[in-house]
Amino acid sequence: MKDLGAPALFRLQQMQKKKRPRKPNPHLGPPLKCADRLREIMTRHYYLSRFVKGAKPVAWVTSGAPVELLRVFDFYTVYPENHGALCGAQKLGPEICSKAEDRGYHPDLCSYARIDLGHAFSGKTPAGRLPRPDLLFCCNNICQTVLYWYKELSHYWDVPLIVFDTPFNFKDIQESDIRYMVSQFEEMIPRLEKISGRKFSDKRFKKIISLGSEASLTWGRVLATMKHSPAPMTIFDAFVHMAPVVSLRGLPVSLDYYRILLEELEDRVEKGIGAIAKEEKRLMWDNIAVWFKLRDWSLLFAERGFNFVAATYTNAWAETIHYLNPESPFESMARAYSLVILNNNMDHRLKLMEGMIRDYRIDGLVILSLRSCKPYSVGQYDIRRLLGERLGVKTLVIEADMTDFRTFSEEQIRTRLEAFFEQLEE
Amino acid sequence: MTYFAGIDVGSLTTEVVILDKDDRMVSYAISATGANVTEAVEHTLGQALSRAGLARDRLNFIVATGYGRITIPFADKKITEISCHAMGAHHLFPDTETVIDIGGQDSKVIRIDGEGKVIDFAMNDKCAAGTGRFLEVMAGTFQVPIDDFGALSLKSKREIPISSICTVFAESEVISLIARNEPAEDIIRGLHRSVVSRVWGMVQTVGVPGPVTMSGGVAKNPGVVILLEEHLKKPIHIHTEPQIIGALGAALFAKKHFLRD
Repeated sequence: MKDLGAPALFRLQQMQKKKRPRKPNPHLGPPLKCADRLREIMTRHYYLSRFVKGAKPVAWVTSGAPVELLRVFDFYTVYPENHGALCGAQKLGPEICSKAEDRGYHPDLCSYARIDLGHAFSGKTPAGRLPRPDLLFCCNNICQTVLYWYKELSHYWDVPLIVFDTPFNFKDIQESDIRYMVSQFEEMIPRLEKISGRKFSDKRFKKIISLGSEASLTWGRVLATMKHSPAPMTIFDAFVHMAPVVSLRGLPVSLDYYRILLEELEDRVEKGIGAIAKEEKRLMWDNIAVWFKLRDWSLLFAERGFNFVAATYTNAWAETIHYLNPESPFESMARAYSLVILNNNMDHRLKLMEGMIRDYRIDGLVILSLRSCKPYSVGQYDIRRLLGERLGVKTLVIEADMTDFRTFSEEQIRTRLEAFFEQLEE
Repeated sequence: MTYFAGIDVGSLTTEVVILDKDDRMVSYAISATGANVTEAVEHTLGQALSRAGLARDRLNFIVATGYGRITIPFADKKITEISCHAMGAHHLFPDTETVIDIGGQDSKVIRIDGEGKVIDFAMNDKCAAGTGRFLEVMAGTFQVPIDDFGALSLKSKREIPISSICTVFAESEVISLIARNEPAEDIIRGLHRSVVSRVWGMVQTVGVPGPVTMSGGVAKNPGVVILLEEHLKKPIHIHTEPQIIGALGAALFAKKHFLRD
């Protein structure tokens, strides 16, 4: 991307910004040094997107899409879900969602979808400007909503849409499923060549597959540092530091980043530096983050000595993507992307959570029931009951949207959280 | 003599309970919370103190609970109403395994252990369905005092089901039923059923209960109690003043924390 001259512009812009020092909070440990590097990477990613049109083909992709294939054709990728999270964190959810609602989209529709459509209709974004796609690339391994959402974008902008269909895994993945998925990749390649104007290269593909797998493995090691007590980071950190493995996977920058992050965390483990001042109880989070509450909650929990050390959500990018194998790129890609938590059966999810609760020595589980994400939220009450029966873990279910705080009830949630603290403290 | 106070600031009412060191309830007071929490707390606490014949400085420890707990600057500790209702119900009825609290703004079902500690709980979601507020709005529609609303439902011969769980939509449903000249008591019975079926859902979430104690203002409503007992197939423990259970629990915690400190 150096040819775009954007890094120089970016540096110039950064120089103009005054840094305001943040007062250290007595309940939190020292902040991660890597956070600055992360901010740089992500800002640069969004900043470059303003100038990318014409220089590279642009694809908008779902968070669980096999992006490694697109990287071969040098697509610049935009992740509407990551953008939705960004809007959520900046408390812009309701404002942008309402732009979609004004056109008749129902408030019960996923708020990431509403933000994305709202952005498409109004151009509203905290990222300056997102480049219009040359391709929409959608994988239904995370939900079925993405199909209709991307179809809508495709219709609205008259842009080609490629759907990668991953059969749901009810018990064990079948050979026929793998064949079905691989044949889809084979069909995609000529279309991708045509849209991008670039040729498929097997050598490049294998290299990208390795990079993706390595980044996912390293991300897994990053998360695993939280098995230590005190944990060197919290899940609130991980929610932010997951951005490269989600949106820059398959690019060297994501792997490089996780290597330095891992190094910092291992150093903290060695020195016994915790993410919060006093880690008394260890918690696990289930579901997407509530983006507009990240900061408030990280303090609320830290004040009481509660640290979230694991989450099924952050784990999703460490769980299967490292199955990617340059020896069998297409087959391994089919496996890696179809076995993700949301495309896998309940028994799998239950076993996964049981294992995490044991490995991370979890005292309490907080389940977010999220109307936006039906596949994530279905079955949570059964999971809560079964985990309670099997492991005696205490569980709290709260309801909130990840970005749309019009449905958020501050006091009710606060009372539930505090009652849960009281339950665990006794 | 040492004294302890529990203050429960709910969305509709504020309660104060004063306990002595032998867990005897010296006095209590209940008043409407209204629009000014500070005033409501001062007023209710003053009332309870004068009934006990005590000066304010005789209180050794104060625990605040309920939605307004954060706005009581002089409280020594703040504890959620979930823990307080559990403790209060356990104190009054030691065999309690499940507490059903239907208050003004929310309802909760709490599973407790043999010492009054919370094992698990469920609460209504972000809407007034299944709460005291729902019944209060409906009593307003019928222009019936809230205290008579439950008794009226018992006169029903033929219950009319209410399909909307949303308070606003249920009200328009009720208005159209009134327009069709349906008997008031039959509609009211249906409204009570609606509250109970919401609460019963929460009961099932935390598990089918042993002995049950009800707290909160709605425990005074015989229409709700009878329908809940129908589901439970057993009688429910109800104290003569079910509204003060949260404040009582808070006062018990006050004593516990005073002794611990």
